[in-house]
Amino acid sequence: TMANPLRAEVVRLYKNVCFSSRAAPQLLYLGREYPKGADYFRDRLRAAFTKNKCVQDPEKIKEMIARGEFVARELEALYYLRKYRAMKKRYYEE
Amino acid sequence: MPQKLGYLDCLSSGTPVVTLSCGPLPPQIRVKPDNTAVVTDGVKHSMNPFCEIAVEEAVKLKEKKLIKEVVAVSCGPQQAQFFDSDFCLTQETIRTALAMGADRGIHVEVSGKDYETLGPLQVSKIMAALAKKEDAQLVILGKQAIDDDCNQTGQMTAALLDWPQGTFASEVTLEGDKVKVVREIDGGLETIKINTPAVVTADLRLNTPRYATLPNIMKAKKKKIANVKPADLGVDLTSRLEVLRVDEPPQRQAGMKVETVEDLVCKLKETGRV
Repeated sequence: TMANPLRAEVVRLYKNVCFSSRAAPQLLYLGREYPKGADYFRDRLRAAFTKNKCVQDPEKIKEMIARGEFVARELEALYYLRKYRAMKKRYYEE
Repeated sequence: MPQKLGYLDCLSSGTPVVTLSCGPLPPQIRVKPDNTAVVTDGVKHSMNPFCEIAVEEAVKLKEKKLIKEVVAVSCGPQQAQFFDSDFCLTQETIRTALAMGADRGIHVEVSGKDYETLGPLQVSKIMAALAKKEDAQLVILGKQAIDDDCNQTGQMTAALLDWPQGTFASEVTLEGDKVKVVREIDGGLETIKINTPAVVTADLRLNTPRYATLPNIMKAKKKKIANVKPADLGVDLTSRLEVLRVDEPPQRQAGMKVETVEDLVCKLKETGRV
């Protein structure tokens, strides 16, 4: 059995990991096609999550998750535009 | 080369996506040393862009409750295609369509020499057979595959089925038992109304395909993909084409800078262009 203070610590850590790990796999997946390379993206993603792993405030965590979701949508838009522009340039005379 | 396939959707099994990658070492399209084909080993493949648009359109129609079910079809080998990959490209392409919202998939097994010579004629025969078997009302494909640029599969499928076709669609509207299609043609747009069942091919501006997100891909793993052999459909895959030679386009000549308009006219006259 764990001593009380340690137990609280573990629960906090789990919640942090839980929050961050919910968003991380999706962002990592999206980063596969990043223009500067999947590795570049993964390193930056990991650094960003590591930098914030000690954040406790649930409001701040929610904020960061929202930012992560924003980045995800930006990536989707990037990929779509890149493909659309490539097809447009290749097949359509303007 | 592997062709796009559609059913109520359209997928391409193995269209090389090369110009889309902008990494530090952009992959170049290379011709094999024996000039028989383009090198596809190690080249990142994904669903044909026009097929993504076709899938999106089908899913949209289902979301509007205008159609009951979306079936995604792709043809290709059962096993991994490349030595350096351990996944099945055809399966992955179908899974992407399922993640976008298709209900189930059909993997038509084509491998080896048959796969190498698979072209619009063979694919359209498969599509026609499947459309009849599944009693489809609408077959949607991408207008062309970006690896061979044939722009034939949709048209051939319609001909084999004796169905009307709405090709180069930039807008599709279901009106009762008819389909209104706005087509992109040279010189503008043409609107036609055709009876169902019908074949439609998707053009670039038909819609904006949704991204297959990781949660959706996970959910899509529960959806079924049936395996079918062309022989089961009574389709003969023999190719009537023989590729004689594949060459790279001629190297671009360096440009010349001129100082004045007179110089330009001079040079144009010299090279016989004026």
